[in-house]
Amino acid sequence: MALQSLDIIRRSATTTPSPNVRAEATTELAKLIDVSKCIGCKACQVACMEWNDLRDEVGTNIGAYQNPHDLSENSWTLMRFAEYENPKGDLEWLIRKDGCMHCADPGCLKACPSPGAIVQYANGIVDFHEENCIGCGYCITGCPFNVPRLSKRDNKAYKCTLCSDRVSVGLEPACVKACPTGAIVFGTKADMKDHAEERIVDLKSRGFEQAGLYDPEGVGGTHVMYVLHHADKPEIYCDLPSNPKVSPMVRLWKGAAKPLALGVMALTALAGFFHYIRVGRNETRASDEAAAQREMEKAHE
Amino acid sequence: MSDESDRRDTIVRYSAGERTNHWVVAICFLLLALSGLALFHPAMFWLSNLFGGGTWTRILHPFIGIVMFVAFILLIVRVWSDNRIGERDWQWLKQWRDVVNNREENVPEVGRYNGGQKLLFFVLVVCVFGLLLSGFAIWRPYFAPYFPVGLARLAATVHAICAFVMICAIIVHVYAGIWVKGSVHAMTRGTVTPGWAWKHHRAWFRDVIRRGQ
Repeated sequence: MALQSLDIIRRSATTTPSPNVRAEATTELAKLIDVSKCIGCKACQVACMEWNDLRDEVGTNIGAYQNPHDLSENSWTLMRFAEYENPKGDLEWLIRKDGCMHCADPGCLKACPSPGAIVQYANGIVDFHEENCIGCGYCITGCPFNVPRLSKRDNKAYKCTLCSDRVSVGLEPACVKACPTGAIVFGTKADMKDHAEERIVDLKSRGFEQAGLYDPEGVGGTHVMYVLHHADKPEIYCDLPSNPKVSPMVRLWKGAAKPLALGVMALTALAGFFHYIRVGRNETRASDEAAAQREMEKAHE
Repeated sequence: MSDESDRRDTIVRYSAGERTNHWVVAICFLLLALSGLALFHPAMFWLSNLFGGGTWTRILHPFIGIVMFVAFILLIVRVWSDNRIGERDWQWLKQWRDVVNNREENVPEVGRYNGGQKLLFFVLVVCVFGLLLSGFAIWRPYFAPYFPVGLARLAATVHAICAFVMICAIIVHVYAGIWVKGSVHAMTRGTVTPGWAWKHHRAWFRDVIRRGQ
């Protein structure tokens, strides 16, 4: 048997079950990012590029701490820095580690037309298999968090794997291992929620009334969650969407429209076939030819 | 049979140029429908094998689309003036039951194109423009990055809807060609019999003999 995970609960553009005998025994995992503990050191970014052997181009300074400027095929995670002035007039420096959220209901996987280019494991990780990627970018269209990036070199889509290779052998993701303040932790989703609860109580006791967990319902919950000190205003963290959902356009296009359109096309063809069987061809008869000849002769005279 | 008697037995309906133009569009459409369906529904993904795999399907589809669009524009220019919908055509369309049951003698006289053909023409015009415009917004890697993601989502949906309508319309168009005997010959060899023209396009037939073909 080749090396395989055997716990695939969803596979892009596939209508039959994928190998998943191990799914039952697998627990849902999650990464919890406590924004209030983050010091913006970017150790997670470094660990990510090291473990995954990625080297982004050296960019230019745009007068912000954010570096590189955006996620890319070589930067699967990025610290985003926001300077927020709270209602009291104080400055708050909000730092959010951006990257794939590993949605329970992944828009990328829903949109992907290539069988097996995107899979979802029973532990919740959504993984791209670039060997099967055809470079259409539908995943970018499907993602409510603006995460996948198409490589300019090979036209394949890339994003955070939640270190699926490390997790599969019992290690935590590289960013978790590197974080010096414990702002990023990893474990079962249930444990992470419990841990978040404690953190939220602590934050509330320190005056952050609106502290809370970011595990958005609209995408069925995520396997990367945030503890936010202002959970009522996720947008202030560099446009973290307050209610992310797979767009209704994508739901229509890669949902109901698929069987409906194929069905109507087949019915249209069948309607033609049965018209032929029941009514038959519309043929020109000798009487039509004779009538035409009469008119032609009359015109000649 | 001598050349002269041959000539009296047939009427030219489509010139070599018109036929070539039509079939360039038709071949492009077939390739586009097959490659597009491959990317639309997993049950159709196997069609991507015809194009050398999923990646090649993704690469080729938009370029074929551009060829079809240009050819279709030329076709529009050729047939636009014969496709203006008038009172007669609406009446023809209202009597579709007579038409599909081969009771053509009850419907109004038809010019070069009947109401159904004209309706098809305008449906295709709308679809082809819809497909072109929406296609650019999802054409990777070249154009899609310049459009906001919300527009790309809308474009993908519009593209799918236009393609669906167009495929259904073409199925009807192809069947109508098979159903009305002599139509395929008209579009492959260019000619029809006088009886065919008299029966299906009487006003056009009279036009042709008045002009003294």
